[in-house]
Amino acid sequence: MITAERKPMAEIIDSIDDCRRILLVGCNECVTVCSAGGRKEVAMLASALQMDFMKRGKTLELSEMTLERQCDPEYVEQIAPYVGQADAVVSMACGCGVQEVVRRFRDKRVYPAVNTKFMGATERPGVWAERCHGCGNCLLGMTGGICPIARCSKRLLNGPCGGSSGGKCEVSEDIDCVWQLIWDRLKELGIEDRYEEIIMAKDWSSERGGGPRRIVREELAQ
Amino acid sequence: MNTESVLEKVMKAGHVGVTGECGPPRGAMPDKVKEKAELLRGYVDAVNVTDNQTAMVRMSSFAAGMILRQMEMQPVLQMVCRDRNRLAMQADIIGAYSHGINTMLCLSGDHMHFGDHPMASGVFDLDSVQLIQMVRKMRDEGKFQGGAEIKGAPKMFIGAAANPFADPFELRVARLAKKISAGADFIQTQCIFNIEKFEKWMEGVRERGLHKETFIMAGVTPMKSVGAARYMKNKVPGMDVPAQLVDRMANQPKEKQAQEGIDICVETIKRLLDIEGVSGVHIMAIEWESAVPEIVERSGLYPRPEV
Amino acid sequence: MEEFEPVVVAFCCHYCAYTAADMAGSMRLNYPANVKIVRVPCSGKVDTIHMMKSLERGADGVLVAGCLDGDCHFKNGNTKAAKRVAFVQKLLQEIGIEPERLTMVTMSAGMGTRFAKIANEFTEEIRKLGPNPVGAARKKQVAG
Repeated sequence: MITAERKPMAEIIDSIDDCRRILLVGCNECVTVCSAGGRKEVAMLASALQMDFMKRGKTLELSEMTLERQCDPEYVEQIAPYVGQADAVVSMACGCGVQEVVRRFRDKRVYPAVNTKFMGATERPGVWAERCHGCGNCLLGMTGGICPIARCSKRLLNGPCGGSSGGKCEVSEDIDCVWQLIWDRLKELGIEDRYEEIIMAKDWSSERGGGPRRIVREELAQ
Repeated sequence: MNTESVLEKVMKAGHVGVTGECGPPRGAMPDKVKEKAELLRGYVDAVNVTDNQTAMVRMSSFAAGMILRQMEMQPVLQMVCRDRNRLAMQADIIGAYSHGINTMLCLSGDHMHFGDHPMASGVFDLDSVQLIQMVRKMRDEGKFQGGAEIKGAPKMFIGAAANPFADPFELRVARLAKKISAGADFIQTQCIFNIEKFEKWMEGVRERGLHKETFIMAGVTPMKSVGAARYMKNKVPGMDVPAQLVDRMANQPKEKQAQEGIDICVETIKRLLDIEGVSGVHIMAIEWESAVPEIVERSGLYPRPEV
Repeated sequence: MEEFEPVVVAFCCHYCAYTAADMAGSMRLNYPANVKIVRVPCSGKVDTIHMMKSLERGADGVLVAGCLDGDCHFKNGNTKAAKRVAFVQKLLQEIGIEPERLTMVTMSAGMGTRFAKIANEFTEEIRKLGPNPVGAARKKQVAG
């Protein structure tokens, strides 16, 4: 999923401080799974904003809505009847969702309430870790199914570097050295001789560096 | 393959190769480079010039290397994958070669987190193995990494680093094999204090005949004080400093510790040169270049051979 | 000047805290009428939004009372409650509301005395903190 974390309250409040009516919109997908911007988090943020405004003697009319997704126009359309009554929209979706709201409601001020982080998976309840970098040309088949681009601090394709220590990355004890993980995995699969095959320099043009990307499926496009 | 590298000529002729190290200054201070390098003149075959070591900004290896060339000394250009993409790397390689720099070391680079710009984005367009491959392609095929022809191909003597003390230990010989397969002509190891562990690594190296495919230079560092010893033991990733060496330093009064550090270094070099497969020694006397002449002399490596 | 009488909402778990409150009653131990008890099946059932809404609606203090560590009838509801309380305290801090207005306490079913003591002490702490800044502003709005 795409993970995110709520922005500091001070930042959110600052962006809407001159508003009296806010539409707070959550998303039922990724940000719900990582407890950052789903229905519950929308309710919590609404309550916090309300309390902050009230204690400063200001009124705030807050509407709460949580869409199935904010990255599809059909769902974003559902906020149309409510958007007129708001000075600004605060979105708890990832950056994709925020931008889709902007694309549809061009005359509206829209602010993000979360910092979108990374594509990752749930390690255990309450803990999400980065797994995929979206390089555009998946090489998981070469590394036993573990990604060195997303999970090596130096994105080495022929690691580990000399800083790997006790299975941990030199940057932090909280980061596993992914090349240790890959090596262990190759051993588990009995294919450790694959380790010495050199993975050639990557063509990064399929990644974000090649320009913002787009997929067009002619047979599906209307 | 032959280059004009003095270091290559020395080791090819069967002599023990000796390299030193010079860390460029954190400012536009060319005289500092000259001072340090001058201390090493005549005692080493080539001088490694580090490249934003520990991710702290310093005068570039290329620029400092040029100062050494002006002094008619032999620099080893160090290049890390952290700070440059493949375009900048190739541009710097042909540029450096145009200034008579014919020896280089290909490294991943310490992560930005350690340095004075943790907020910088790390480049890592290539890793060190791919960098070695690229330099070899430039030299032997006369082609850029992208495939186009190079007019005036750089004939670099290509080096790589090896750390027998990093984890996982069982991988460290395979990693060396990878670098050699990519084109590493010579290897400089991380500084060695734990000679037993290094001997174990060398066993694995010899088993595969890798010592015959590349020149292995054992790294050493003289410890200046017990504080320096402890720092290296506890704070530097991938370093293995046995407790009994720290104790030897600690047992000396403060004013005698530096000498003890030099003594340990000389003993280490002598033991290392006895190990089959070791072709040279890389002396990293960080901020203590003045110790190098004594170390080289007492190790029986002075004067340097004429080639 | 009216003496400020704090309103304290106490979420009490059925198995321990509520029973202790009951016991305090039958032991004729006095505890302030300021404390409004809300019985819940387990302190772990108290959601962060319940804590927030209580304060938003004007409560001056919120108590979450559960079983002693290791004794939760539902295994670890009390541990979850404690973590949620800590989470909301941080959020309150971020919006400039005293995190001490919210707290987690534990006790066993027989600890009537402890319940009364906590109820008294917490009410006094809240009295010292003064009225919930949210409620005060709300009253001003209504008045003005």
